[in-house]
Amino acid sequence: MLDTATHRHHHLPDRPGVGYKPQHFAAIMEAPAPVEWFEIHAENYMGDGGRPLAQLRHLAERFAISVHGVGLSIGGEAPLDRDHLARLKHLTGWLQPARFSEHLAWSTHDTQFLNDLLPLPYTAQTLTRVADHIDQVQEALGRQMLLENPSTYLAFAESDMPETAFLAEIARRTGCGLLLDVNNVFVSATNQQTDPRAYIDAFPLHLVGEIHLGGHDEDADDHGAPLLIDSHGATVVDPVWALYAYTIARTGPRPTLIEWDNDVPDWPVLAAEAARAAAVLDRVPA
Amino acid sequence: MTVRQHDFTTALLNPAAPVPHGLTGPAGRPAGKRFNVYRNNVAVSLTEALKTAFPVLRALVGDAFFEAMAGVFLRDNPPESPLMMHYGAQMPGFLAGFAPVRHLAYLPDIARLELALRESYHAKDATPVAPEVLLALPPDRLMQARLRLAPALRLLQAPFPVASIWLAHRQADAPKPAMRPEAALITRPGFDPVVSALPPGGGAFVAGLLSGQPLAPALAMAEAETPDFDLTETLGLLISGQAIIAIEEKVLL
Amino acid sequence: MSNHVKTLAVAGALAAALTAHISGPAQAQEMEKCFGVSLAGQNDCAAGPGTTCAGTASVDYQGNAWKLVPAGTCTTMELPDGRMGALEALDRDLPA
Repeated sequence: MLDTATHRHHHLPDRPGVGYKPQHFAAIMEAPAPVEWFEIHAENYMGDGGRPLAQLRHLAERFAISVHGVGLSIGGEAPLDRDHLARLKHLTGWLQPARFSEHLAWSTHDTQFLNDLLPLPYTAQTLTRVADHIDQVQEALGRQMLLENPSTYLAFAESDMPETAFLAEIARRTGCGLLLDVNNVFVSATNQQTDPRAYIDAFPLHLVGEIHLGGHDEDADDHGAPLLIDSHGATVVDPVWALYAYTIARTGPRPTLIEWDNDVPDWPVLAAEAARAAAVLDRVPA
Repeated sequence: MTVRQHDFTTALLNPAAPVPHGLTGPAGRPAGKRFNVYRNNVAVSLTEALKTAFPVLRALVGDAFFEAMAGVFLRDNPPESPLMMHYGAQMPGFLAGFAPVRHLAYLPDIARLELALRESYHAKDATPVAPEVLLALPPDRLMQARLRLAPALRLLQAPFPVASIWLAHRQADAPKPAMRPEAALITRPGFDPVVSALPPGGGAFVAGLLSGQPLAPALAMAEAETPDFDLTETLGLLISGQAIIAIEEKVLL
Repeated sequence: MSNHVKTLAVAGALAAALTAHISGPAQAQEMEKCFGVSLAGQNDCAAGPGTTCAGTASVDYQGNAWKLVPAGTCTTMELPDGRMGALEALDRDLPA
């Protein structure tokens, strides 16, 4: 059963999608037209069977699926975890998702998996390492991946190039595409006290294969400066919607994901966020 | 001023450690509290994972105690795999050595049961043998047959009433646990694992089947331990749990 | 019990177990089986709630900063046999 999923959805439509949560399965299946695609976190579908895989098979019959990895530690100093790469290869092999993406971050050190997307400095050295890791991923999976810009809460004194230039050079060396998380841009720019629109202007927008939108929390640092947290636990705020409109006015319509991971609400709340993204997309000439 | 991931990780897991030099906020100021966002992400996300993974253990010790204990556990035992579905495998051993609960000797077995439940939830699917097929087998052939059990089946034999304690916390009408050794059976009819307390001798019987014994010797093992072993009840749990997935008969030459 | 009688007894046990099962409710359809709860262990890519103390509080279980007394049901769950271990309050295990 596992190896016979039907693959009718080979690409992500330039429409809104939603991060899939198992508690929404019934609501999604019973809705006449929920959204056109869903994103799953790869690691939650690496078991041997049971309800998670059964739900995913049903989902994949009706919707395009994007697989989003959260545990490969592409920005790690250590070599990639071969076992984990093999699990990803198995998942993308039978599911044949429309997209695979991962993060510009690290999460594993030695044998410890820290379950967070941790930051790395942007230097010639880290660039080479990340590019090597992406080469290995794309070779192992036999497909292009998208690399996502992170939310960051601090910076590295040793960094000697901007994140946008780092991502552009990674993509140039590896041929990977980019996943532009507009909320992450807003969060990081606020936290680093830079201009989020300047980040978008400097981003290699022609490489954007997917966009993410999500909610964040507000905190403050030791000096009372705003510190935004990428909590995925609330609606997308107006300034992020404005930054999204600014972005797709330049990229044209792109597949746009609503992410909500903490305090997950009932399906209609997510559907309303997706509808709001659809309204923004509808105003952009293709 | 290179910040190695080793130093970052050490400071991440140790709140008393200084924030590594070379991490900054805007205008090049030291990162300070900003680093705590990452510390918090790690501690909170792993604590949440443990709370979801061990609901009955949590009920047994209480929320405040569990969260404090999780803070100790996660620093001693960070995940060794990116699959959070399996996080917490070290919990039984940790509990056995954790001074404030060392005298609550049944807690490690409760943790083992909750780990086994998650293994069962994610185990490979299998189709049970149709009841008619079982019924059609002549009794003498049945005695010599091996019953292959589902990949989602788990057996936990404990010196404590492990299944009864678990059930008392998950089902409103469950009877009060009686102090006795007990074997817990986990089956997965469909997608939801079911915990049952096997009758006395049932643990030996199912262990016999799991080790590949035909029915007759498995039954003998159960009856050696418990002369009035209730086979009907045990088979009933296996059948209703859709746990018998094949009948294997030795080919007679 | 002779082997023959034993075999018949086992067949009887199996028949009784099966009868109870066959008269049970019909199996849920595949899709309906998919409706239901998920059990633990989700990975995601969200951050926790800011800089709150969970990540920074030093968990000093040797001292009394935390009153590390289990407050759950293990202190009230009466079991008839003392072999269960002390289920009373655990003050004696806390350092002064």
